[in-house]
Amino acid sequence: MPFTFGIDEILETIRMIEAEHLDIRTITLGISLNDCSGSDAETIIRKIYNKIVKYGENLVPVAEEIERDYGIPIINKRVSVTPLSLIAALRDEEEYVRCAHAMDRAAKEIGVDFIGGFTALVHKGFTKQDRLLVNAIPGALSETERVCSSVNVASTKAGINMDAVNIMGQIIKETARRTAHKESIGCAKLVVFCNAPEDNPFMAGAFHGAGEPEAAVNVGVSGPGVVLKAIKQLPHADLGTIAEIIKKTAFKVTRMGELVGRAASERLKVSFGIVDLSLAPTPAVGDSVASILEAMGLESCGGPGTTAALAMLNDAVKKGGAMASSYVGGLSGAFIPVSEDAGMVEAVEAGSLSLEKLEAMTSVCSVGLDMIALPGDVSAETIAAIIADEAAIGMINNKTTAVRVIPVEGKKAGDRVEFGGLLGSAVIMDYKKFDATGFVVRGGRIPAPIQALNN
Amino acid sequence: MKSNRIVITVVGIDKVGIIAGVTSVLAKYNANIVDISQTIMQEFFTMIMIVDIAQCTVDFSELKQLLDQCAQELQVKITAQHEDVFRYMHRI
Repeated sequence: MPFTFGIDEILETIRMIEAEHLDIRTITLGISLNDCSGSDAETIIRKIYNKIVKYGENLVPVAEEIERDYGIPIINKRVSVTPLSLIAALRDEEEYVRCAHAMDRAAKEIGVDFIGGFTALVHKGFTKQDRLLVNAIPGALSETERVCSSVNVASTKAGINMDAVNIMGQIIKETARRTAHKESIGCAKLVVFCNAPEDNPFMAGAFHGAGEPEAAVNVGVSGPGVVLKAIKQLPHADLGTIAEIIKKTAFKVTRMGELVGRAASERLKVSFGIVDLSLAPTPAVGDSVASILEAMGLESCGGPGTTAALAMLNDAVKKGGAMASSYVGGLSGAFIPVSEDAGMVEAVEAGSLSLEKLEAMTSVCSVGLDMIALPGDVSAETIAAIIADEAAIGMINNKTTAVRVIPVEGKKAGDRVEFGGLLGSAVIMDYKKFDATGFVVRGGRIPAPIQALNN
Repeated sequence: MKSNRIVITVVGIDKVGIIAGVTSVLAKYNANIVDISQTIMQEFFTMIMIVDIAQCTVDFSELKQLLDQCAQELQVKITAQHEDVFRYMHRI
């Protein structure tokens, strides 16, 4: 059945890829480690390493083959595994760190740049294993290159575990200290969640949840550049028209994710999980969510009007994307990782974007306070209070929120730090110097909100 | 890949021999041109071909390399992608 595409359609697709940074941000292969238990550390670690290598060895070649066939760049190939605290009955912190080393080696062996799943889910409380794993995080992240860690400290159904929030404040500080020689980069690989999704393909928060199959392919799309270009072509359109054009663009972008996800699942012979409808920026010029908001008419991202513009963008992306994919999941929404978005970094430098405004923005988009560099002298209690605020937004609004902040040792507000690669560069943000210690150290649990009672 | 059709686009400054250059590569390796359209857009020569590579004597990635060489010789830009990319994006 021959049919021909319009020249304009073909050129539009090619322009999106070549000039507007349309790409597949990540293909993430989720691997269950449920069958990797054992009676001693050696056995467990060996099983984990072998399983990751066995299931993951074809990921990179298959992704490269798809890239060639379809001409769409696939930026990252990654692996997520079952939260380690659920499967590995290791005896002490040192064994968990050794396990992280094994994950790191396996990731290197199969050629992926990040592996997620050094994870504990502690929104209601700690098991013995959770506690050991969390304590091992600074060691794991400072001694390995590719391992990513996440801890879920709150959920709409369980409330906020403030004891866990306090501990994570300390863990983040300790991780920053241990990686001080590398701009505290360890913290860029650590996410603290509320309502963590089980099928998120994006690092550092990816893990293969308890309800997931043996293995699954999850795909994250990108495309701020494509949306930006579309909006720039309509300088005088009203906002309804802008929303419509974002929807259409998001549809096209997400279709690429659907195509690549299905091809990857078929070729890897594992289930197709989800497409994550995220608008994920990169440090490249023009691939910025901040620039989209500015193209809508804001002088600078973070100024008045930003939350409204972002809410509309986020909603339109979801509406367009939801039509384009049969299975949508993960984080699905516009990302605002500050250091990874050149426009956001400029807005911080210009003084328009503050930590408090970012917090407001996270109530209407995905995901949270992400890739924010803080002064090195920020206290563990202040970080805990920031985590608690962000978790509260997620808990009350039934959405995922996360905190990935980097208290960069030895730096003060206004200094610039380079994280390199996709992690970008950042200007250290200031924060309100009022003490929350008296509140956070009370500990205990903030009860689940009334929204949880929906049965 | 269920179908064996690819979309080849050629964009560059117009000059003698672009079509001949590209099509001779396809003919040499037995790739069948199903549809072809050519126009001048904003002074640029723009050609789009739908090509069936089911009987092609080299595989797709090799064909892409051959087309890349051809693009360098002709000083044009050639892309080759499986047609599903366009079908997924523009057809429901």
